[in-house]
Amino acid sequence: MKFLKMPLLALAGLSVLGLIFDFGFNAYIQLTLLFVLVNCLMSMSLNLVNGYTGQFSLGHAGFMAIGAYFSAYANTHWDILPPSLQYIEFFVWAAGAGLTAAAAGFLVGLPSLRLKGDYLAIVTLGFGEIIRVALLNMDFLGGPRGYSGIPGFGSFLFSFIFASLWGVICFFTIWRVMHSTYGRGFLSVREDEIAAEAMGINTTKMKVRAFVLSSFFAGVAGALFAHFTNFINPSSFTFLQSVNAVIMVVLGGMGSMTGSIVAAFLITALPEVLRPLQDLTGVDLRMVIYSLALILVMILRPKGLFGDLELTDVWRKYVRRSA
Amino acid sequence: MQDFIQHIINGISLGSIYALIALGYTMVYGILKMINFAHSDVYMVGAFAAYYVARFFGIEANPGLPTLITLLVASMVVCSLLGLAIERLAYRPLRSSPKLNILITAIGVSLFLEYGGQVVFGADPKVFPEVMKDFVLFNIGSVELKSFDVTVLVVSLIAMLGLQFLIHKTKIGKAMRAVSSNASVASLLGMNPDRIIAFTFIVGSALAGVGSVLVGMKYPKIDPLMGMMIGLKAFVAAVLGGIGNVGGAVLGALIMGLSEEMVVAYISSTYRDALAFGILIVILIFKPAGLLGKYTVEKV
Repeated sequence: MKFLKMPLLALAGLSVLGLIFDFGFNAYIQLTLLFVLVNCLMSMSLNLVNGYTGQFSLGHAGFMAIGAYFSAYANTHWDILPPSLQYIEFFVWAAGAGLTAAAAGFLVGLPSLRLKGDYLAIVTLGFGEIIRVALLNMDFLGGPRGYSGIPGFGSFLFSFIFASLWGVICFFTIWRVMHSTYGRGFLSVREDEIAAEAMGINTTKMKVRAFVLSSFFAGVAGALFAHFTNFINPSSFTFLQSVNAVIMVVLGGMGSMTGSIVAAFLITALPEVLRPLQDLTGVDLRMVIYSLALILVMILRPKGLFGDLELTDVWRKYVRRSA
Repeated sequence: MQDFIQHIINGISLGSIYALIALGYTMVYGILKMINFAHSDVYMVGAFAAYYVARFFGIEANPGLPTLITLLVASMVVCSLLGLAIERLAYRPLRSSPKLNILITAIGVSLFLEYGGQVVFGADPKVFPEVMKDFVLFNIGSVELKSFDVTVLVVSLIAMLGLQFLIHKTKIGKAMRAVSSNASVASLLGMNPDRIIAFTFIVGSALAGVGSVLVGMKYPKIDPLMGMMIGLKAFVAAVLGGIGNVGGAVLGALIMGLSEEMVVAYISSTYRDALAFGILIVILIFKPAGLLGKYTVEKV
């Protein structure tokens, strides 16, 4: 059971953190924190495709949408457990949302991952848009009116722990995959696809695997998002949402898990922190500053905040050395 | 049948607008191998420039050919300057960095223009001034040929032929093609790639300016986010035809315009946005370099 020690510790730590947040902060900050966790899932899962496997995908919001709609529909229509075990049901349907998104990821990935670079980016973008338009036309899912009345968790603490649980699962799953044979395969595809192929790696298979795993967690992120907002509609999952995920991965550093988490926190918190500016100037300057910051980061620190280092590497490299 | 012909006319007119914007994408891609996501927002700024020029000079009261030409020139000038500024400030510092960084920067510039546009111009839609009177030129049976469609077609044809002339017949066009195929060798032969690239941006953005006036004429409602969808579609058109290929961009744009018009007419207008990408995916899966693109084998 040694491999469970770290995840359980992390979950316990996050739960304690949730308890602190439960008392000390108002509902606005609490909701922002929940969105931070959702975005962490998004950025970590996209990091697997964009950062580790080196395939540029711009359709992540589509998988998030599939997960969100699946979980919303399942939780309102299918009761498999008595109400006292509702939390388990939430977990089951979140996993189901992930699996549905993963299936979609497989269907999308199989044809499109044979393409490269910009072409892949635009095809995945297209798939994201198609999923959105398909949702717009599905009347039993609310169509353009959206899906309302999605059950929530009741309290912040439970929401936070539930999201943390999935965050921990996502982090350690990707972490362990990246330190296994498959992970080496993913990295080899990123570094040099032709050389990897020459070494006998089935690159398309590798890419599809990374893509499926990534869309699984995007689906889970969507499920969490649906339960936290209690209302979803197709325009929550536009191109902009996919871009947001890409920005988090790139800002944190492509191929850095902790970088993705830190960036998810920054990107979610920054617009909220800048909100008072709106009252001060009277116009909405947040997105302007946000996009300008993005351009400046790309010019001044093109590898992102962490590059491909993890927090532990940074610690070893800079802090311990100076001590 | 007559409906069908009418839809074809509308589709061609829509397609030629897409073509003008798609050409901007394809030119930048051809020379820099990057997707200039901000191109569609340059187009948006062009529409607003025309709007403000028309209001400033008060020429919205007398629509006609002089108004059209004034607005076209104004929009082209503003767009070129903007394109030049974007290239200089955002893309040039990143010329040698990884592709993904350039792509992210382009998305950043695009967001900056969209939301900056909301701050400067206001988020509410504005009504584009009447550039020309819309009247039915002639009709065969019940098929109407409107003056707008003819104007759009003529203006975009002139712009495309001008571009073709520029690329294939002039010295700077030759330099552009040289830089596109190999920038370092081109610079050894005495060309300045930076200047050629800047010039490409100017030309591409000027075409976006032309497109913006034409769209404003046909669909007279402009707002700061108007570039988003049309930009994506124009880009899809460019990829569809084989990105980097001028003829391909025009062909792709016509296919897009026609098929979109047909879907709206015969299936459902809600599917029009999905259709563009559907076509794209099918074509890319069977012909990964686009319709007219050449597939290059990567050498090790």
